[in-house]
Amino acid sequence: MTEKTVHTVIIGAGHNGLVCAAYLARAGKKVTVLEAAGQVGGAAITREFAPGFRVSAGAHLLFMLDKHVRRELSVDSAGLSFSQNDMNTTALAGDGNHLVIAGDSLQGGNISDKDQLAMMEYRRFMRRFAAVLNRLNNRIPPRLGTKYRSDWVSLAKMALDIRRLGRDDMREFLRIGGINIYDVLQENFDNDLLKGALSMDGVLGTNLGPRSNNSVFCALHRHSGLQGTALPKGGMGAVSDTLAEIARNQGAAIRTSACVKRILMDGDHVAGVELVDGEQIAAGTVISSADPRTTFLGLLGARNLEAGFVHRVQNIRMRGNAAKLHLALDGAPEFMGLNQSRLGDRLLIAPDMEYVERAFNQSKYGEYSIKPVAEICIPSIHDNSLAPPGKHVLSAVVQYAPYQLKAGWAEKKAEFTDELIELLATYAPGIRSQLIHKELLTPPDIESEFRINGGHWHHGELALDQFLMLRPVPKAAQYASPVDGLFLCGAGSHPGGGVMGSAGRNAAHAVLGMKNMGDRNS
Amino acid sequence: MSQVSRDKLVQMIDYSTKKHYHTKVFKSPFYSRQEPLNHLKEWGRWADYLSPHAYTCSAMEYFACRNACTVFDLTPMSKYHIRGKDALPYLNRLVTRDVSKIKINRVGYTVWCDDSGQVVDDGTIFHMGEDEYRLCSQERHLDWLLTNTAGFDVLVTDQTHEVAALALQGPTSCATLKNMGLDGIENMKPFDIGHFTFEDIQLMVSRTGFTGDLGYELWIDPGHAEALWDRLFQAGRLHGIQAMGDEALQMLRVEAGFIQARHEFMPAHATVRTGHTRSPFELGLGWLVDFNKPVFNGRRALQAQKKHGHRFNLVKLDIDGNKSARDSYVFTSNKKQIGTVTSAFWSPSAKASIAMATLEAPHGEPGEEVLVEIYYQKELRWSRVMAKARVVTGVFYDPPRKRLTPPADF
Repeated sequence: MTEKTVHTVIIGAGHNGLVCAAYLARAGKKVTVLEAAGQVGGAAITREFAPGFRVSAGAHLLFMLDKHVRRELSVDSAGLSFSQNDMNTTALAGDGNHLVIAGDSLQGGNISDKDQLAMMEYRRFMRRFAAVLNRLNNRIPPRLGTKYRSDWVSLAKMALDIRRLGRDDMREFLRIGGINIYDVLQENFDNDLLKGALSMDGVLGTNLGPRSNNSVFCALHRHSGLQGTALPKGGMGAVSDTLAEIARNQGAAIRTSACVKRILMDGDHVAGVELVDGEQIAAGTVISSADPRTTFLGLLGARNLEAGFVHRVQNIRMRGNAAKLHLALDGAPEFMGLNQSRLGDRLLIAPDMEYVERAFNQSKYGEYSIKPVAEICIPSIHDNSLAPPGKHVLSAVVQYAPYQLKAGWAEKKAEFTDELIELLATYAPGIRSQLIHKELLTPPDIESEFRINGGHWHHGELALDQFLMLRPVPKAAQYASPVDGLFLCGAGSHPGGGVMGSAGRNAAHAVLGMKNMGDRNS
Repeated sequence: MSQVSRDKLVQMIDYSTKKHYHTKVFKSPFYSRQEPLNHLKEWGRWADYLSPHAYTCSAMEYFACRNACTVFDLTPMSKYHIRGKDALPYLNRLVTRDVSKIKINRVGYTVWCDDSGQVVDDGTIFHMGEDEYRLCSQERHLDWLLTNTAGFDVLVTDQTHEVAALALQGPTSCATLKNMGLDGIENMKPFDIGHFTFEDIQLMVSRTGFTGDLGYELWIDPGHAEALWDRLFQAGRLHGIQAMGDEALQMLRVEAGFIQARHEFMPAHATVRTGHTRSPFELGLGWLVDFNKPVFNGRRALQAQKKHGHRFNLVKLDIDGNKSARDSYVFTSNKKQIGTVTSAFWSPSAKASIAMATLEAPHGEPGEEVLVEIYYQKELRWSRVMAKARVVTGVFYDPPRKRLTPPADF
């Protein structure tokens, strides 16, 4: 093997690409990370959107960062710090009687004692079930139908994890794992505001309404980090910057503004990559943190793959349905009935499940929600580096905003932005007069800014049929691909999106040929 | 195709004047000529078309083909037109053989697989012109062919209903076509494509067939189908021309050693049970798999199979006695069951009971002696014989005339 071919190239310096680079560099690989954008981070970045105002342009809350990554790469001692940990959620009510969800404890919102008790039980079993997913997150999924012992062992471990829940919880896990969160919340709670808020866990960033199957699974996946919601100091970009620093210290080279145009082949094997400026970089191993459709159909090309595989990649469900709203505000907004001390909470506009389901309805037909739902945070409350003194930044995930809007985003984006501000103004009437600047990232904007085909922040819908050994598609679900030397390490692979780094870590282990690395940790 | 002929076609096959689900079965553009000749009125089905089992007597039709010439209606065969600057790379990714070796105006036999290296179908590729091909097969594959277009600048069109086709096969076929006025037909070599003028339109002729004899296939606009049939029968009258159905064709193709979908293998896309499909190696078609070209459907799986071995061998059997071994089990000499017969006939030309059989690997070495369990009935009384058989190579009936250019004038 020549000097050139031992080289490993990682496409994309998102958090997964950087995690993968750090692990491989630490193992002695010669790694170069190529990032198309001018800064590292992918969709985990902090950037300016108005003079003096900075925001986490993609993911804005951290609640899933893989604890193994955190420990093994000493992320905390490398300088990552938090402006807020264990954020509470406040579900905004139209009448100002808001509901504060602080762990098991519920305050306001006319919560009954019965719901208060039910919340403790709900949290108990959801955390238990999420813990099952948590263990799966750190393993390379088994392949089905092989004769390899490692696959069978891995499969048996999955079964054992479920069996260990005990008879009653296992039965409940199997009962609710694939169904919709509407039914589960109806079974457990009476309070509409509470149910609306909890249902958001199952639908944020997805193409699901509360009544869609898989929404319980999505809620479990969201909780599978088994940690509170936090705000990194300096925004989400701080996570990426820290990971980049760690990767560099391990010896990885990171190049920004180096946009890969295509993956080069030599027979059945990857030979390297070609950049848009024509530069060719030889590599015996190419690891892509880009989404699977971009990787296989865009960078590699369908003609370098067998047709059945191409067909499966073409049919991954990966159209975004969430938009991102950024507002620069001249002062802290005042929400009716909300104590200013709660302004730093995660604020939800999801007054009841019916409302959320109706918001979803329009998106099925290529229309944006007439009454959207939103997950809002005002990070500048906790972190004054993000806005000029006395001013604030509001960041919101807003739904639903289908990737393929029938009327066209070019025509309707301004209109939808206005409607979102109108929505906020019903809760915070003064917000319009505080508005300095607004920015809306629709799924097509997310697609072009972060180079995610379809603009889906998870690089593909999270669902049971696109998870584990089915993510992104069979024959590419163990991070290796049908092309020798080409691997995946992004959110399109198991265990999916959210700022976790697990996919990057699992991929590094797959590249290094170390299977079942979950063993050491579980 | 001219507007006139398209209108006529639509009328004939009746697929646009009615909703397709009202049109249960299409009649071939040759139907008006087939129907009066079909004394038995035994119509079978080939995909969505009526196709005669036999016109008068399958044995007579068989002998007509081996001794004079016969006409078989090929119209129901799937015909896909593949055109565009990526037509060659598209086909090379689709099929297992190297299509660049098929020159313009030549035909090549091929097989194509799914990602698991299991045979989807076999068929022929006609290299019609620059960046232009026609793929013919027994089964319908438009969906798979379109699935395969992702990433290629290529246009795939289903021409099944827009090209009428006849197979003219047998020792007097060349003489018949010459008599019909196809000048230079005798210079066509096996697998050549020739273009002729017939009633002011183009008639494409290929020296191809499914009988293992001298023979040609004729491809024409369906609007001229009846005229072609009439002229052919006129020209062949003194050369013993006859219409032939599928039963005779089955005997001919087994003698010639040709496999057929749904007999020797199940098309992968029509198979639901695992292990019921076959790879090219398991059909004796390893020679059609070219690992020297880059990615093609099934390449990785076939490479693995080449390394680790395949499960079955398709063999030809020469069986003692004269009882057809149709649907029989095959055993080793010590009665261990090792496979089944896929097609079997008493071969009038080879004067032998012949069969194709699929055996579990490693059985099937040339010369291997096996037993074939044949059940047969005489006036309602069943008998069973364990007939000795040998694995043979080559084809059962191989007349030199099929390769001779120019063919002898009969």
